Formats: sequence, structure tokens, C-alpha cells
Amino acid sequence: MRFRGSFELSDARPRSLAAIAAVLVVLAGAPWAHSAAEAQAVGTSGTPAIEPAVITSLADTPHDAGTSIDIEWKLSPTETESPGTVIEYRIMRADSPTGEFTEVGSVPATTNAFSDGSTQPGKQYWYRIDTMSIAASVASQAAGPGVSIMQWYNGRSNVLFLVLFSCAAILVYIWIAKRKKGQVFVRRIPALDAVDEAIGRATEMGKPILYIPGGLDVDDPQTIASMNILSRVADRVATYGSRLMLPCNKAMQMSMARETVKESYLRVGKPDDFKEEDIRYLTDDQFGYVAGVDGIMMRERPAANFYLGAFYAESLILAETGFATGAIQIAGTAMIDQLPFFVAACDYTLIGEELYAAGATLSQDPVQLGTIKGQDVAKALFMALIIAGVIFSLTGHTFFYNLFTIK
Amino acid sequence: MKRQLPLAIIFVMGVFTIITNFIPAKPIADVNQMFRNWYLGIIAFFTFLGTINLARVNAEHVKDKSRDWHYSIILLAALATQLILGFYKLSPDSIKEGSPFMYVYFNLQFPLEATMYSLLAFFMTSASFRAFRARNKEALLLLLAAVVVMLGRVPIGTYIWHGFPKLTEWIMTYPNAAAKRGIVIGIDLGLISMALRMILGIERSYMQ
Repeated sequence: MRFRGSFELSDARPRSLAAIAAVLVVLAGAPWAHSAAEAQAVGTSGTPAIEPAVITSLADTPHDAGTSIDIEWKLSPTETESPGTVIEYRIMRADSPTGEFTEVGSVPATTNAFSDGSTQPGKQYWYRIDTMSIAASVASQAAGPGVSIMQWYNGRSNVLFLVLFSCAAILVYIWIAKRKKGQVFVRRIPALDAVDEAIGRATEMGKPILYIPGGLDVDDPQTIASMNILSRVADRVATYGSRLMLPCNKAMQMSMARETVKESYLRVGKPDDFKEEDIRYLTDDQFGYVAGVDGIMMRERPAANFYLGAFYAESLILAETGFATGAIQIAGTAMIDQLPFFVAACDYTLIGEELYAAGATLSQDPVQLGTIKGQDVAKALFMALIIAGVIFSLTGHTFFYNLFTIK
Repeated sequence: MKRQLPLAIIFVMGVFTIITNFIPAKPIADVNQMFRNWYLGIIAFFTFLGTINLARVNAEHVKDKSRDWHYSIILLAALATQLILGFYKLSPDSIKEGSPFMYVYFNLQFPLEATMYSLLAFFMTSASFRAFRARNKEALLLLLAAVVVMLGRVPIGTYIWHGFPKLTEWIMTYPNAAAKRGIVIGIDLGLISMALRMILGIERSYMQ
């Protein structure tokens, strides 16, 4: 084989060392060659060569428990020179610069940042970015050490401010209510006014009252709110001498409901009227519970149904079955997707915050009503912030929006 | 003391839970996780208690031959069957895929649940028929919005007018989302108020 302007390979033996040296010089000058100090390229011949990324920053992720390090790098020049060649970057980590690197994550091409969320606080780590194409990969120089540090504050000052303001407004109105010692005005909630009417109707008809405390357990605020209302409802039921049925979705709900109702009967002086078997556990299964409650409704034909708590898809099934039996229905939930179903199918509905305010409203205690007024002051602040945010955003100022972005 | 101790526990746990939302440090997160594990343990015990209550109530129905007592027999038989199938191997193999336990679940319980869920289609129709009556201006607006959204979600709506899907999207993205967010803000503030009442021991009706 003869190349113009080059040596002939058939003549290589006497000048073998020089020939080999010449080949090496040519190869060293080729554009796909890399210096050993820079990188180590692995690939098959004929495929486009790729250049490595360069790590530019290793920093502790702020405001966390010290389990994350943010890595940033300069994209591989191959992305600009040969778009589509680079398919992803693999982030490799080791405990020392000479240690074994293992993959901790990968990101697609054109991404130049990654958060490694599996670090231990105070431990040093070294990172390397492997640039991957279909048939080759090239590793960057190792960078480090990166250390994650545990923090004692998560930096959510905007949330903290809003929570503290809300709490302060509520506390101020508690103090005002205690000093005034008079009635605090809170608007009437029709659904709560109807509670007495519903219980009275059931008593006159000689039919039971059905109370459904929702589908979540006692760790959910809606269930707690439901238990607060149950106490007031049970007081009235015990006073009128009606029957209160309470099928429960969760066993702990059952225990809490039994104690609440039993105390109500004790309070009105009718402990013997309390029937433990009317407050029972059905099942944890969502639709099994609905089937059980529907069966109770169709058999017992309660005159008043209360649906107060957290509900999911079962809300409409319960409400429609109750409607079919002719019961007066009062519902209340903070699940916004279920509210339309209750509004359509029930006579009265406590919407969202009204469920949480119901316990206080039914008690008519000035101090508790004061907390509702304090909550309204906080709501006024939120409304002002929303209006201000809309105005600033419309005029192109994003600082207000950024002020309330949650990290 | 009988009243003060539960209130003190509620105060400490309430304040601690609020604090954990702002302190990411591991010691606090570990304590929080420990409390959650305690709670899960208590829940497991109560599940056992609930099952015993269920069996006891239905056994009494059968014993007293009260109304519809034969349904209680079916319930007790199903409960016993699943308990035996779930525990007879005394290992997690009893409830792995392909086991008799899972066979009963997928071929009996699952279709029954699907049947109950499918009732929603009929109930939604009957509720819509009652709800969407143009009694006043607000009800008329609700009716119009509902009709537009329903037509925008089905192929025939696009056939009638190509703009229905876009109008539906606009209604869901803007006025609907705005209303939802307003309600959510109210819910969250109501939650803060109720939580504060309970933490400070002002509202105690749940523990009377």
C-alpha cells in the first residue's frame, strides 16, 4: 500500500522504530485525541468522539438536613458542535479522589445541574461527570471534596411570616374576646342552624340519626373537626332521646366516637341511653364501607344524615342513597373535589373552613368565636397580598412573586 | 391532672409538629419519624380491635337472630375464610400474588368494589338532573358552564362546535381554578385556627 507523500509500509522493517514513531505523532495530532491528563475516552472506531463536561461547582444544598450536594457543570462542547450526539450525563461519586466511582444519578443532555440527595452530613465526596453518547462515554476530571452540612432552618421565611401573622391575629382576637366578655359576632352558617332542625325532625318521626365521620383516621384535621361537631350533635341527640348510629371507617375513629358520644350522654344525665353497638366499625375498605353504610340507610331509613369529615369518591354514592331514603342531609368537608357533589345532593353543606369553624360556632363560646374573627383578619391579609401580586405581575415586576415562592 | 395531662401532651406535640416544618436537621426529623412510627403501631393495634368488634357485633346478630342475621353469617364466613387464607402459611407467602388469598381478593372483592364505584355514573346523572335547574341567575350560569364543560369533554361536542374543548379548558383553568384556590386558602386558614384552639386547649369537645 502506497500513500502519496508518505513512507511505504512495505519498507517498514529496517526503519520500524521510526515508522512507529511517525504513526504515533500523526495520531497524537488528530482532532479526536485527548491528553491523558484531561480524560479517558472509550469508544469504537468510526463513532463521533465526545468531549467531557467540566464540573464548575460543588456546593452544599442550602436549608436542608445535610443530605444533599448541588453539582453544576459546563456542558460538553460536543453538544454545540454536534447536537444530538450527547444523550445523557451520568453523575459518579466516590469517597476519595482515587476511590471507586459509582453512579448516583443521570440527567438528559443539555442539563447542567444535579442534586445528589443521598449524602451524609460532614462526609467528603468527590464527583465526576460521565458524558454519554450512544456508543461512547467520556469522564470528566474528578472534582471535590464536596461536603453537605446540616442546617437548623429550612429558609422558608415567607411561610413562617404568614403562619406567625395568622397565629398572631387569632391570639389577638382571643385576647379581645376574653376582655370584652360579650358576644362576638360571627355570621350565621345555615348548615349549623339546620342541625337542631334535623335532630328534631328525626325525633318527631321516631327515626334514627346517621352520622358519618369521614374516610380518614383521627390524625386528619377533618376527622378531628367532625368529632368536635359530633360532641355537640350527641348532646342534642341525648337530650331529645333519639338514636344515633355511627358506622366507622377506621377502628380508632370508632374508639374516639364512642368516648365522645358516651361523654355526651353522661353530661345530659342519661348514661343508660348510650348504646355502644350503634357506634361500630365496618371496614377500612372504601367501597366496602360505602356498601355497608348504604345498607344501613336502606334498612334503618334514618331521618337525618350527617356527612362530616374527609370523603373521596364515596361522597356522591352516600349522598344520593340518603336522598333516595328521604332524609334531611347535612354535609361538610374540606375535600374541594367532593364539595360540588355534596352541594348538589345534600340540603346543607359546610364548605371547607366552615367545617373547621363549626365546633367553635356551635359552642357559642366568645373565645372560640374570637379565633374565627382572627382567621378572617389573616384572610384579609391574604386577599391584599393576592391583589398586590396580581398588580405587580401585570406591570412586569416579578420580585413580589419571587418573595412568596416556596423553596 | 386527668384533664391537664392530655392538654399538655397536645400542646407539646402540636408545637413540635409546627416546628418540624421549619427545622430540617436530622435530630428533629428522627424524633418526628419516631412519633410517626409510634402512631403506626397504635393504628395496627386498633385495626385488630376493629376486627374483633366487627366479629363480635355480627356474632351477636346471629345469636339473637335479629333482622337480616343471615347477612352476618356471610360476613363472618368471609372474615374467617380470608383470615385462614392469609395466615395458614404463617409467612408473607400466604398473601403473595397467585396465592388463594389474592385469588379471592382479585376475583371477589375487586369486582364488588368496581360495582360500587360504577354506581357513581348513575348517581352523577341523577344528581346533575336535580342540580342543573335554572331557578335563578347563578343556577343558570352553573347550568351553562356545566353544559359547555360536558360538551367539551366528549367527541360529539367537537363535532357540534370545534371551540367547545378550548372553552372547556379555559373554564377549568381560570374561573374554576380560581374558585378552588380561594376555597383552599379559606380551608388552610380554618385549619390553622382550629389547630391553635386545640393546641391552646380552648377547644376540648373531642376529648370530653
